[in-house]
Amino acid sequence: MSAMLEVKDLVVSYGKIKAVKGISFTVDQGEVVSLIGTNGAGKTTTLRTISGLLRPVSGSIVFDGRDLTKVAPHEIVSLGLAHSPEGRRIFPKLSVEENLLLGAFSRKDKGIREDLAAAFELFPILEERRAQPAGTFSGGEQQMLAMGRAMMSRPKMLMLDEPSMGLSPLMMKRIMTTVTTLQQQGTTILLVEQNAQAALRRATKGYVLEVGSIVLSGTGKELLASDDVRKAYLGED
Amino acid sequence: MELAQQLVNGLTLGSLYALIAVGYTVVYGIIQLINFAHGEIFMVGAFGALSTALLFFRSYVDGGEMLPFWALPVLIVGAVAASVAIAVLMERIAYRPLRNAPRLAPLITAIGISVFLQEAVRLLYGKIPSFPDAKQKVPFPQIEVVSGPAFNLGGVTLQRSTIFTVGALVICAAGLFYFVSRTKTGRAMQAVSQDPDTARLMGINVDRIIVVAFVIGATLAAVAGIAQGLQVTNINFKMGFLAGLKAFTAAVLGGIGNVWGAVIGGLTLGLVEALAVQFIPGTFGGSPWKDVWAFALLILVLVFRPQGLLGAKVVDRA
Repeated sequence: MSAMLEVKDLVVSYGKIKAVKGISFTVDQGEVVSLIGTNGAGKTTTLRTISGLLRPVSGSIVFDGRDLTKVAPHEIVSLGLAHSPEGRRIFPKLSVEENLLLGAFSRKDKGIREDLAAAFELFPILEERRAQPAGTFSGGEQQMLAMGRAMMSRPKMLMLDEPSMGLSPLMMKRIMTTVTTLQQQGTTILLVEQNAQAALRRATKGYVLEVGSIVLSGTGKELLASDDVRKAYLGED
Repeated sequence: MELAQQLVNGLTLGSLYALIAVGYTVVYGIIQLINFAHGEIFMVGAFGALSTALLFFRSYVDGGEMLPFWALPVLIVGAVAASVAIAVLMERIAYRPLRNAPRLAPLITAIGISVFLQEAVRLLYGKIPSFPDAKQKVPFPQIEVVSGPAFNLGGVTLQRSTIFTVGALVICAAGLFYFVSRTKTGRAMQAVSQDPDTARLMGINVDRIIVVAFVIGATLAAVAGIAQGLQVTNINFKMGFLAGLKAFTAAVLGGIGNVWGAVIGGLTLGLVEALAVQFIPGTFGGSPWKDVWAFALLILVLVFRPQGLLGAKVVDRA
């Protein structure tokens, strides 16, 4: 396995406040890597920096052999890195189909229609409502749309920021199953979650982030079994 | 008969406002900037058309003859080129460096550009060899078919320039509708206006889309510049001020940020002005009061429907 994404000594700050304080982690091809931690731990900041929406103070982000820290955000997606952001951020006034097509904005090949069909196969409800404005969707449906939209860029790696946030247990399960499906189809996944149990159960590797630093790492199973993780994130004594 | 006549007048005026108003609203929709220099883009368009006539159709202009009809598309190209060039430069030089500045900074800059462009045309236009001085109003070339004697439809006077103006609005609105809803760039524009950061994640170059918004606004304003020149048969360096203010009012009236709102707002404002001139009796009627009624309408809408006629309620993005 080769490293698909390698983050090294990454420091990101908002003005004087350091949100990410020198973290390093790697995601190998074919893996599902989970980044867990409480609110404010720096998970979303890390993803937004990888996508180029924020610029690091120092450190490097190498994706597929290329340093991303100087690449414009709109160019990163065409390198094969898709980001489904926190809060889903679908385009509310556009239809489902338009949202999905925007996911393929950076592509010029002829396979877009095919991938639209693939997204509809992954989430049949999207096809039923393809002409409906996305803003009328429930949280779970919006999450499916956000994931489908991210997959429309045909990414090598998909970053998912809190896909289970605010979802019913049933819908959460549905989303997490899809994560596994996508992995089996060959997409490498970096999953950020507050829901540690769900995220770690499917992870080949996990990192625990606390106020901007990685405090623990290991395989998903190791972390699930660790006392610290159980106490802090799974609500067990 | 008077009603029909005022409806025609209102529609003409309203179409002109609508063509300019689109420029305010598309730029606002993307970067939340009220581009107060947009009225000057309209003025520059009119001067662009005049310059084109002076450069390519000089013998007609000097001989006091009407330009042939085929000169119309050439003048339109000249007007659009001038407006677009100035709008793109303005965005690149003045607004882009202020992209992350407090919102007051680009607003003041816009007013500065507005004054700058007016003065530049006033002082420099006549310095171009063989061009007329533009410190006062300058005659605008008249063109076969779109200039000339008015039609009379059962007592209602229909100017040829009216047909040009309303026709231009219909064609521009149809083109804009197609562009925004059917093309990839149009969809990207909608995405940027709804959520710029997420649009970036889709691979959309937001800076490029902002330029596209300025280009669209400038194109329609340039066409409006020609329409104005044909209607009043002369142009001047300050023609953008009141027209720009009215068009801005129209954009707010329709719901700023909403393209169809700008069209509806422009037409409404034009009709209200025309009808107020004719039908409000006594001291408060007549053309001296038309601007008062136009802005009174704006105030009423802002009090009772602040989001404008078509605008959705503005919710701050999280």
